[in-house]
Formats: sequence, C-alpha cells, structure tokens
Amino acid sequence: MATAMRHIGKPLKRKEDPRLIQGLSHYVDDLQMAGMHYAGIVRSPHAHARIRSVDTSKAQAAPGVVLVLTGADLKGLIGPVPCAAQLPEMKMALRPVLAHDRVRFVGEGVAVVVATDRYLARDAMDLVEVDYEPLTPVVDPEKALAKGATVLHEPYKDNVAFRWELEGGDIKKAFKQADKVIRQRMINQRLIPVAMETRGVVADYKPGEKQLTVWSSTQIPHLLRTQIAAMLGVPESSVRVITPEVGGGFGSKLNVYPEEALVAHLAMRLGKPVKWIESRRENFLATIHGRDQIDDVEVAVKSDGTVLGLRCRVIADLGAYYQLLTPLIPTMTGLMIAGCYKIPAVRVEITGVLTNKMSTDAYRGAGRPEATYIIERVMDLVAAELKKDPVEIRRKNFPQPNEFPYATPTGVIYDSANYQRSLDLALKMANYKKLRQEQARLRKQGRYVGIGLSTYVEVCAMGPSSAMPAGGWESATVRIEPTGSVNILTGASPHGQGQETSFAQLGAEVLGLDPEDVQVVHGDTAIVPYGIGTFGSRATAVGGTAVYKSLLKLREKLAAIAGHLMTEDPSKLVFADKRITARISKKSIAFGEVVGAAYAAKTLPPQMEPGLEATTFFEPTNFTFPFGAHICVVELDAETGDVRLQKYVSVDDCGNVLNPLLVDGQVHGGIAQSVGQALLEEAVYDEQGQLITGELMDYAIPRASDLPWFETARTVTPSPVNPLGLKGVGEAGTIGATPALVNAVVDALSPLGVRHVDLPVKRTRVWQILQKAGRRGK
Amino acid sequence: MIPVAFEYFAPKTLEEALRLVERHGDEAKILAGGHSLLPLMKLRLAAPRFIIDIGRLRGMSYVREENGQIAIGAMTTHSEIAGSDLMRARCPLLAETAEAIADVQVRNRGTLGGSLAHADPAADYPASILALDAQIVAASSAGARTIPAREFFVDMLTTQLRPGELLSQVRVPMLAPRTGTAYAKLHQAASGFAIVGAAVRLTCGKSGKIEDIAVGLTGVGPKAYRAEAVEKALSGKKASPQAVAEAARQAAVGIEALSDLHASAEYRREMAVVFTRRAIERALARANGKKA
Repeated sequence: MATAMRHIGKPLKRKEDPRLIQGLSHYVDDLQMAGMHYAGIVRSPHAHARIRSVDTSKAQAAPGVVLVLTGADLKGLIGPVPCAAQLPEMKMALRPVLAHDRVRFVGEGVAVVVATDRYLARDAMDLVEVDYEPLTPVVDPEKALAKGATVLHEPYKDNVAFRWELEGGDIKKAFKQADKVIRQRMINQRLIPVAMETRGVVADYKPGEKQLTVWSSTQIPHLLRTQIAAMLGVPESSVRVITPEVGGGFGSKLNVYPEEALVAHLAMRLGKPVKWIESRRENFLATIHGRDQIDDVEVAVKSDGTVLGLRCRVIADLGAYYQLLTPLIPTMTGLMIAGCYKIPAVRVEITGVLTNKMSTDAYRGAGRPEATYIIERVMDLVAAELKKDPVEIRRKNFPQPNEFPYATPTGVIYDSANYQRSLDLALKMANYKKLRQEQARLRKQGRYVGIGLSTYVEVCAMGPSSAMPAGGWESATVRIEPTGSVNILTGASPHGQGQETSFAQLGAEVLGLDPEDVQVVHGDTAIVPYGIGTFGSRATAVGGTAVYKSLLKLREKLAAIAGHLMTEDPSKLVFADKRITARISKKSIAFGEVVGAAYAAKTLPPQMEPGLEATTFFEPTNFTFPFGAHICVVELDAETGDVRLQKYVSVDDCGNVLNPLLVDGQVHGGIAQSVGQALLEEAVYDEQGQLITGELMDYAIPRASDLPWFETARTVTPSPVNPLGLKGVGEAGTIGATPALVNAVVDALSPLGVRHVDLPVKRTRVWQILQKAGRRGK
Repeated sequence: MIPVAFEYFAPKTLEEALRLVERHGDEAKILAGGHSLLPLMKLRLAAPRFIIDIGRLRGMSYVREENGQIAIGAMTTHSEIAGSDLMRARCPLLAETAEAIADVQVRNRGTLGGSLAHADPAADYPASILALDAQIVAASSAGARTIPAREFFVDMLTTQLRPGELLSQVRVPMLAPRTGTAYAKLHQAASGFAIVGAAVRLTCGKSGKIEDIAVGLTGVGPKAYRAEAVEKALSGKKASPQAVAEAARQAAVGIEALSDLHASAEYRREMAVVFTRRAIERALARANGKKA
C-alpha cells in the first residue's frame, strides 16, 4: 500500500445505510411473483417420538391447498441436510429434510403444506394429523452420556457423537511440577442467535430452460447452491442462488437448512414460485443455536503465577442432528484454549453429545468465545488463588512481541501480536489504578463494585483451505466498465459488515477514483464467480485481499495502456484524482480516456487483450489472530441482584483498518452481544425437551438501554499473512467481552469469598449468592 | 404467526360497539391497542370468532378534568397519558406508570382501557389504579356503571366487567397538597413487564406524619392488590427510614406469589418488599417537595 492514503483508513459512512434506513432495501419476504404459492412446515411438538402415521387427507382437502407432503413422501427424493465436518470415528446423525420415522427435537419438520395463500397454508397446517408414540426425551447432556440412556440414533449404542483429543507439551510433567492446581467447572450456556430477519426461502423453476432460482437469506450463496444441487440431484449449473438483503446472520445463516432444498423441490414439482418465511417461533425452535458446553478445567501453576499446564474436559451438546459445521465448533474451543498465554502443556478432551434439542452450530465467535471464556476465567482464578492482581498474572504469561509467529501447544501459529501494548493502552484508558482505589473506597461503604479484565486472542480470516471443510480462499472479479465506473464482484457475501463501503474505498485508493465510482456486487451466483462466503471474520482479510489483487492487475494493465499512449514508463505513473499522471514529466491522461482506449482497442500496446477485467482466487497461508484487552466496571444492586454496567473500555487490534467506523460498529455490536451472553440470554429446555424460552417475551436480548458508553481504541499490529496486513474484527467483541463482564461480577462478589459465577449472570443468580452470604444491602 | 380467521367489525360509535358486544358475547373479543390480544391470536392461543375493533370510536381518547377528577378515555394510549400536562401536574403517578410500560412502540399503541380490561397479572397500571382509588366506568346498552378499582380485579386475566360491557373511562383523583406518589418497578428483562411494580400515594401532615397512604402492588400474585398491612403500619406515623423499611416488610404478607422462569416466588416476595420501600421513600421525598 502507498504511504499517504486518500480513502483507506478513512471513516467513510456506509454506502449501504441510506437504503436500509429508508426502507428501500429488499429482503426475501419482499419478493412477489405472479402465481406465487406459500409453504408452511408442520413441526413436531414432541422432543422425541416415533411417527406412527401421518394423515394429510383433511389438509389436502382444505381450501387453497395444492400439495401436502410428508417425510415418507420425500424419501429418496431429497438428500439429508449436509454436514461438512469430519472427525475421526464420528457417528453420523444426519437430518432428513422432513422426519419420516422418528422426530428428535421440538420443531423438527414432519410435513409441508403448500397453498395459494399463506393464510390458507397456515390453516391447513392444523389439519395435518400426526400420530406420535412419545419416547423418553434425552435433554441433559450428562444424562445422555450415562449408561442406559435412551439412544437417539439407533443402531448406535450410545449418544456419543465423537471423542476428540488434543495434547501438546508434557502435560503430566506440568501438573507434577505445579505448586498449585486449580479446578473449576464452567458452563458456556446455549444461546439463540435471534437475527432480526428470520430465515426465508423463495424458489422459482423454469421448466423450459430447466433453471432453478432460489432466493435465500444466507451467508453462503455459492456453498448453498452446491448443496442444493447435491440434495436435489440436479446439475449445479442449472441452479442459481440469490441472496437479497440479509437482516443479520451471526453464523445462524452459515448453514444449509431443510427448507432451502424443500422449497426448491416444491417449486420444481409444482412449476410455481413457492415462498416460505420462517416465523419468529420457528426461528427459536429450528434455526441453529450456539455454544452449549460444560467445561471442566484444571490449571497447573507455580506460586509466582506462571501457568505450566491446562487440562480441559469439554462436554459439547450438539443437539439431535448435525447441521453444516456442528461437530467442528467445539474443536475450535480446543485449538484456542491457551489464549494469549505461553502455556507449555495443554490437553483438551471433547465429547460431542447428541440430545433431543435443536442443533448447535456456528454462532458469532463459534468455539472461540467458549475458549476465551474458559482461559480468561482461569487467569482470574489463578490471580484470586495467589492473591495477585489479574493484570500481573496476565503479563507474566504473555509471549513477548519478538516471539511471533508463535506456535501454541495446540498446533496453531499466531501470526503477529503485541499483547502488552493493547493491555497497557486499555489500563491507561480505564485509569485502572484509580479504578482500584475507587473500588476500595466504595467497598468500605458496603457497595459491590467489580472491575473485570479480559485479554483475548482469536482466530480470523478463515482460512487456509487445508484447515477448512469447503475451501478457505475467496474470489474477486474487478471489472471497469467502458464508461469508467467500476464493479467489484466479491465471492464474500456481506450482510451487515459493510464491505460495499470498504471495498469501494479499496477500489478508489488503488485506481485513484472516488468511492462513489466503485460498486460492490455480491450474493448472486449467476453474476459473481464462485466464492466461499462471509463468516469467521474472513470477508475483508481474505475477500478484500482477492479484491486488492484484482485491482492491482487492472492498475498494471491501465498503466501499460497509459504509458503507451503518453510514451511514459508505465512503472512511474501515479493514479489519483481520476487521472493517470507521470511522476516526473507530470504528463497526464484522464482515467476514463484510458478505459475508453482499452475497450475501443485501436491504440492498445501490441499483443494486449482488450477489456478491463481481472479475477483473483486468493488462498491465504494461515489464519490471522486479532487480539485485544477489554476492561469493564460493574456495580451490583445488592437488593435485586441486578448487574449495572458502569464503564466499558475495549482496545482491539485487528491489524490494518480499511474503515474505522466499520470496525467500531463491529466492536460495539460484538460487545452488546456479549452482554447478552454474560447477563441475559439462555436457551432453556425443560425435562420434556420443550424450549421454554421460545419467544422474545421470555428470551432476553440486550437493548441499547442495557449498555453503557463504549470507549474503544485500537493498536495496529499488521498481519503478515496478507498484503494489506488485515486481521478481521467481526467477532472480536463477542469473544473478548463475555469474560470481562463475568470477571467483573466475580470481582464485585469476591469480598464474600466468591471465586466463580456461572453464565448467564442473571439478577436472580447474583441475588441468591448475596442471600447465601447473608449480606443484604440496606 | 398467522391467526385463525375471524370476522372483523370496526364500529364508529359506542352504541354500535355495545350492540356488537352484546350480540356476540363470549365469541367476541374487543380489540383496543392489540398488544396483548394480537400476539395471543398469532400464536393461536386465542381464536375469537369476532373481533370488535374500537380503535375508530370517536371521543374515546382524552385526558380531561371533569367534576374535580381527571377522566381518561379508555382508548388513550400509554404515551398520551405519559405526555399529558394535566396528568403530570395533577396525577403524576399514572404518567410515571405509563412511562414505565414496555417500549416506545408499545406505548404508542397500547391503551389504558385495553390493559385494565385484560388484567395481566404483570401489567403496570393496576398497581397505580389501586393506589389512586380510581373509578372504572363500564358502559353497556343498559347504561354505565362505575366500579371502584379495589373491586375491579378479580383474578388472573379476570375483572368485574360483565358480558356486554365495555370499559369506557377511568377516573382518577387530582392529588391533594403535600401528596407524593411514585411507581417503582423491576422490569422482566425480556418482556419489560413488571416482575414487581409498587405504586404509592401518600399525604404528609405538617407535623411530618403520614396522614394517608395507599400502596398498590402488581406482578407479585395472580392479581394486583393493596398492601393493607403496609398502609396500616405507616398511617398516622412519622415516616422514619426504619419505620418505612419495617412496614415495607409486610408488602407480600398473605399473598400467594407467582413463580416462573424469571423470578421464583421467594424472589418476588422479596422484591415486593424492596420496591415497596423504594416507592414509599420516593413518594415521601416528593410529598416534601424534593425531587426524587
């Protein structure tokens, strides 16, 4: 990158926002087509039952109904929901598009009703009669592992999906040499992603052309196209997937769902466009959930605070079936469990368990928030045990800046970092010393004030293809049109991250244009070359690099043409202000004139192809590892148990930054989502496997009024993994903040001898602790 | 989230509405702001055959002085009550309560009459209506009758309203001098409903003694109630912080507290005590001319 930048790094407001704010954008449910039919899914009210029979005759006869299908009707016609994850000796727990012999969670589809009107479809759904023989629901993951537990997927003999182990360093020696061993059980509770827009699918089939078009609210249009083609057994070249505006994904739309293939099948079968829009209730029941681990951790330490070794046994509740990445998510916890510390020996044992619940899968952070929560709670436990400041314990165990790239005992190579620098900045911003003095003063008044810290590292820019189930590269085509306007076609599929803006800034920078001259196109497999999609904080670091490389190819070609036209050395030209100018002679030509020459093809250098289009498939050599330090202050209401967030400081290092406004937005949103996990959210199934937090009246998500002012800052440690030095920031807030918040609550309660509080730290949980301690406020 | 089909009426006059209510009886539901009824219908937990939408009745939305009282039309929204100058000046308790309901969108649609007639055990208004000794007017084709607030709430989702009646107006008193009021609420984190809501109206004598006190509580049990033991403990007494705290301990005595995912019965009873005390403290400060 050039040194003085005009567009990169500038806080340009999002190009996406005017249409979103004014209601001018289009979501799946905005699509209307002549002759459109509507599908509704009849779902199981039982967590576990055998299907004796399904009687669709009444529904079939209902007004407006054109088709009713059951799981049995679809057997052999549509393949199961795909799972891209492969672990050694993993059992198969594939989900049929509609259940045919057995249902395994509340909300599993058993029949589909198609009618000419969505109201009639809904009415007819109530007329489908399913005769269920209830089976014992298996809800608690530990009970699911017990001998004699009912088995979900016969003929397997138990509910263990897989056992996965990871060991690095001499773990036995570490524990032998320890002065102290600290043990703690922690819960990473089950969460519901709650994207503002629920899922939705429209499919249309043109029998003459044999062309199937599927509109879906997804993060991965190309991967979805491949999977729909495979599930339906049709050529991929005859399937087009279009992703209109997506109202939030957070990983929940990084998946392939039964409805996506089912609605496509219905459209092909009926020769009519078919729409299915998920209700909020269905979204709670039948869109993936996140987290859900029980983590038993043991840490071996020297009395000076040096951590020698870490052992963790994870029970990961996977739900009833695998979705796209289900079994992989907990392994991410294993890979990242050492955090940003030099821990010489690590052992992780993960048991994946099948239970009668919705599948878990990638939810913002996907395995890393769990890891960070574990290790950051561990560091505070160590500090409490040794009566040292949590800052000191962290500093003691950081690798030095000159030790990067740093290989962890879990087999991961951290690209670049300076953990000391981000921590120092956060401490300075928070005025940490003064905060501690103030806390001591308030404690004397009987107030419960806590200061929480988290220093995190996470893994982004997913990733090298060797480590990814379906390719880790990303594509970009840049096309300069004859009039000089620029189209960037990205294989990433942004849905709120703002790449329409940041990629336009990138294009403007490289080509010497304004961001308004550059349009970013995504989410249509008929227009954009094959791409992987947007997840794992990869769209900018991997997708942006592909864009950058394509831009450089075009700039080189433009320079060659301009040099030829001006008889100047192409390597000594400057692109700025929509002109191409020779550095020494100052001879100059308009950008548009050179573009015109490329298309008119009369004055091109000999042997040069006409046109201006370049495509790159960028394959990264490693992941990137953003990091940072979060500090927060909470005060507890001793009477109600309410946790009041007083102050939040976050310093995040995501390498170089294309647009600081976008980075702030990602950090703010991530912290807010963490407040959800830390204080409010919990998916609760009762013993019968009924989701009792099945709607927004009972499942609390954070709102603006729950949040304090966020004080954010950055350090910049460029990544060596890509030429722009980008790391990624989409999930950092969610990863860094949860442990900081819980550490603050535990710190507030520490005068009562409290060392740990389980997630989520709801008011009633805090209240019970205070009651037990027999210490009430006034 | 699509309801069962229903027949829809949008009467323009109260008389027309009453005729419809009478004709369709139990099979009809009255739609006011719709914020409780519509979600129930969309989840198909309620499936009325007839909907009588009273949103187009003229002259049902007002806050005005009538015979030394404040009269509020049943269709007055929460935000209209919260924003009414008359209410804020002469009966701030109801304005403060309205402001504590849910969020802006709900406050812009939800109505006083709808909320009271629905009688959700966690709704906010019932506590204040009780503390104010409000009068509830029920209209029917036979004429109107007035129901005192203390008789209005019968049980969870059940009121004194009879078949054929429609809640048309609520009357609250204008407050006497040296009177302070307060509504203190613990929000349920997801829905915003009250886990506990305590409404207090009290009048202080010149000597500093509490001459008159009314305490209404919502959220604790199956219906809102007056905490008579608390009132008795404080009326005629000097309001020391100890006396207030001591009296508040009786906020949920004899009440069978609800228990759910968000709060156990034990927690609710304890919060009844805490929020009763907080509301009394605030009302006292206001009665004595302090900002609180």
